[in-house]
Amino acid sequence: MSLYDELAAAVRADRAVALATVIDGPGTGAKLLLASGVAPVGSLGDPDLDRVVARDVEGELAAGITRVRRYGPHGEARRDDVSVFIESFVPPPRMLIFGAVDFTAALVRVAKVLGYRVTVCDARPVFATRARFPFADEVVVDWPNRLLDKVGPELTPRDAVCVLTHDAKFDVPAIVGALATRVGYLGVMGSRRTRADRDARLVEVGVREADLARVHAPIGLDLGARTPEETAVSICAEIIAVHTGRRDVRPLGDTDGPIHQQGAG
Amino acid sequence: MRELLNDLDRWRRQGKRVAIARVVDIEGSGPRAPGAAMAVSEDGQVTGSVSGGCVEGAVVEAALAALDSGERAVHSFGYSDDDAFAVGLPCGGTIHLYVERLDW
Repeated sequence: MSLYDELAAAVRADRAVALATVIDGPGTGAKLLLASGVAPVGSLGDPDLDRVVARDVEGELAAGITRVRRYGPHGEARRDDVSVFIESFVPPPRMLIFGAVDFTAALVRVAKVLGYRVTVCDARPVFATRARFPFADEVVVDWPNRLLDKVGPELTPRDAVCVLTHDAKFDVPAIVGALATRVGYLGVMGSRRTRADRDARLVEVGVREADLARVHAPIGLDLGARTPEETAVSICAEIIAVHTGRRDVRPLGDTDGPIHQQGAG
Repeated sequence: MRELLNDLDRWRRQGKRVAIARVVDIEGSGPRAPGAAMAVSEDGQVTGSVSGGCVEGAVVEAALAALDSGERAVHSFGYSDDDAFAVGLPCGGTIHLYVERLDW
């Protein structure tokens, strides 16, 4: 099995792997494939360099970072004899959508375009069906807090939780459960008045004000969206803005400065 | 490279030689992040992209040249102080691509 085949198999299986390639210096083209808990495949041409790169990759891979690092010929720091391109392949980000409503079907479609692995969850078996959400990776009939108990520990800052249930008896446990995770985006659908009522209930069950600030509600950017599809775009636009750290989203035509920010995405 | 796998697998199965160009670094404003990739088969088929379309034509040339020569190297596209590069990014950045044969 070639190195490429090993890499392709790992990426397809959604295993986190990193491919290190010498792109400048002695041994240009040499490669080392690294995954946590698995023996490395290949070599960069020097055992010490392999060892140092393997150590550095652990951090890059956990954060999903892809970048060039420079070393001495034997992995020495603060040298630039060898440039190593470390490419991290991490599983696709996840989106959990609570509430199997019309808006959900549109949100699933837009989230799939953006590369999310999408789970739809609703406690009502008549609504949470595969037939209604053919594009979802997973449709789960369960209470939000039970699903979050199970998958919450796996959620990362790259992931998103969207609560579209419109019903306090589902919303509150879903939000409380999501706030207990490291999820990077938590949005909740509902009117501004609903939000005020819900915030009061959340505080009653012990949610702190600081945690309430993590909740994006009403969900989405103010695009003037009306249809489920338009709303899905507004939700996904907000998720992108949150991930890239844009707080005050405006048309590019009204702003100055670089369009593509370094380190974003 | 994830989105290239199906095309890469097919070309390799068909016995075609393939070159791959990967974005390794960006200076200034660049449309695609490090890790963006495109691949070119020996018969000139292209998959993936490394910019908003501004340098793809030049990258195809570089990839086909790498297929022939076997050279593995970093190529840079964009504006420099002396305007040394023929192909520019309208966003005013410089994109560094590592181009090589996919023979590994």
